[in-house]
Amino acid sequence: METTINPSVDLHRDDTASKIGMWLFIFTEILLFGGLFLVYSVYRFRNPVAFHLAHEELSITMGFINTVILLISSATVAIAITAMQKHNKKLTMMMLGLTLLLALVFLINKYFEWGAKFEHGMYPGSELMANLGHGDMLFFSLYFFMTGLHGVHIIIGMTLLAITLVKVKKGAVHAGKYQLLENSGLYWHLVDLIWIFLFPLFYLIH
Amino acid sequence: MAEQTIHHHEPNYLEYRGKYKGLAGWLTTTDHKRIGLLYFYSMMTFFLSGVVMGLLMKYELIAPGEQLMGAQTYNGLFTLHGLTMIFLFVIPGVAAVFGNFFLPILIGAKDVSFPRLNLFSWYLYIIGAIVVLISQFLGDGPPDTGWTFYAPYSLRTNTNVVAAVTGAFILGFSSILTGLNFIVTMHRLRAPGMGWMRMPLFCWTLYGTGWIQLLATPIVGITFLMVMAERLLGIGFFDPTIGGDPILYQHLFWIYSHPAVYIMILPAMGVITEIIPTFARKTIFGYTAIIISSMAIAFVGYFVWGHHMFTAGMSSTSRWVFSLLTFLVAIPSAIKVFNWTATMYKGSINIQPPFLWAIAFIFVFMIGGFSGLVVGSLATDIHVHDTAFVVAHFHYIVFGGTGFAFFGALHYWYPKMFAKMYNIRIANIGLLIFFIGFNLLYFPMFYLGLMGMPRRYYDYIPMFEPANLLSTIGSWIMATGLIIILVNLSRARKMTGKAVDDPWDGKTLEWQIQSPPPVENFDEIPTITTGPYDYK
Repeated sequence: METTINPSVDLHRDDTASKIGMWLFIFTEILLFGGLFLVYSVYRFRNPVAFHLAHEELSITMGFINTVILLISSATVAIAITAMQKHNKKLTMMMLGLTLLLALVFLINKYFEWGAKFEHGMYPGSELMANLGHGDMLFFSLYFFMTGLHGVHIIIGMTLLAITLVKVKKGAVHAGKYQLLENSGLYWHLVDLIWIFLFPLFYLIH
Repeated sequence: MAEQTIHHHEPNYLEYRGKYKGLAGWLTTTDHKRIGLLYFYSMMTFFLSGVVMGLLMKYELIAPGEQLMGAQTYNGLFTLHGLTMIFLFVIPGVAAVFGNFFLPILIGAKDVSFPRLNLFSWYLYIIGAIVVLISQFLGDGPPDTGWTFYAPYSLRTNTNVVAAVTGAFILGFSSILTGLNFIVTMHRLRAPGMGWMRMPLFCWTLYGTGWIQLLATPIVGITFLMVMAERLLGIGFFDPTIGGDPILYQHLFWIYSHPAVYIMILPAMGVITEIIPTFARKTIFGYTAIIISSMAIAFVGYFVWGHHMFTAGMSSTSRWVFSLLTFLVAIPSAIKVFNWTATMYKGSINIQPPFLWAIAFIFVFMIGGFSGLVVGSLATDIHVHDTAFVVAHFHYIVFGGTGFAFFGALHYWYPKMFAKMYNIRIANIGLLIFFIGFNLLYFPMFYLGLMGMPRRYYDYIPMFEPANLLSTIGSWIMATGLIIILVNLSRARKMTGKAVDDPWDGKTLEWQIQSPPPVENFDEIPTITTGPYDYK
């Protein structure tokens, strides 16, 4: 390649730059959760029995359904991007819509999961939580905090995907210019990936 | 046809008028130079208010007993002084002002990769600053935890910690986005011919800084989020009475906040590395060694956070490992000092204010560095931990290092930024007074610390009085020097005179364009054929 033209010199658009930028940002997100994983491992190491007993309060079925939902939604986002590369605008929009729908189902599931806990008086700051043993208290604190923060990221991801969907519809994002779609997709994969770690840490521990 | 040279006058960045004019034009600008100045003016405001807080504290310590304020006010004051100086001045400092202004020019680009994100970062910075300041007025009084927010006190005090922590969180976000922007810019926008090994060294230090910002800041972000959750929701992360671990807080805090010291100092070292070859009229000695040492500082600096916690409770193995790693950081730092001095050797030195600032930087930075070895070794640290010695040490590094480099950079690039030249004689006098005041202010604190005076106390026993008096007098002298420097610079702004494009005869790209730089920096992107310091 003797003539690599740097498009950004003349144009204000640089897809590679925005891709690098997105990857770097995703890296910081992983580190953000990394801090929490670190805290989780320290406290789990100190309270192995309590963590094990506390996890039995969580419904593996609910967690499993949500894992499957997110995995499928990652696939639909990937399909949306490939469809865009193949100039299939209709399929792209359909797949983005489907992803958003799956994300919504995930949140509804989460709502029922949390809601059941709340009904039993189990929420951060509640009397029940305060009277738990230290290990159980830490487990549920981390559970609410980490899945809560993950939920916030789901909402951010949904916002990004919704903006992308609108732009695809308007034609602002098209087969010749779909970096926004790709970045939103990357972000969605990150949200999915974090859940893949949260699920075993909270639902499947032995 | 007669040859004609039509001087088509490109609007420079100061007079350029975009969609909006006046203040609105500045607040909506995506020009990296204007954003640099936005940072500069807001930062100077915060810096000067931090200076006033410092002066008040020094006045309180002029004699034993209560002078101006009681213990609680003093606690609030050193917390706010720390928050302002650390989060609003030295961490963004050199990188946000001079990095924004000069990074694109130095690599031959028209702007950073994400100009709008760049403006967004500035807004985040301002919002974060406002939230930090709000913490002073809302709730049950200003936070009194110190800028470190150590648990469990930060969880139990009635003061308004949540707002301060939220502000710091937002500022961290701003810092991450700036670092990200710079990294991508250097990867994508270097002018043709400018390989990585032809990049000016200031850019290299910004590159290292960008990576530390990306790698370290998220950790403190999540830690602050946990503190908020603990205070607002009663989640027991760090409070031992509900199962948490306060030592874990210290670890998480310093995993960011030690690398943050390198976020502060690396760009400062970069500035010094730019100044010295220009005035020594010589190519920098050991270009590659400086790059490697910068990256080594960034890398090793990530693994030394434990040296803040030698007395907090750690296994003896971790203590000596952290101590060893701390000593290792001294090596790349020393390499830089040798490179700077070797560059001057046999150079034809042109003594000008920026060069004198650089020399002053090396002097105070070395005192700071050597005292760092004292606190970095296990036995002596136990003696001086949490004393005025530590305060003296980090002011020599953070203020003496980053602060001196900031003013050095300001004197170096001022003619480029504003196309005006300040009065050189007054600049030198200001520096001399500032330098004397600085040493008189902080050097006695080494002695006080060794004698056992604790830090963060508003009162002390009579035996510490003479040294404290000296230190307070030093603070006045330093403030005088600062006023002279700033008045000199702001007067230069109003002076009429011919624009100077290259007053120091510098060889890096920013000196090849007119002053003040045109809006797009370069009419035509330059092609680079030599290294950055092509003096001989």
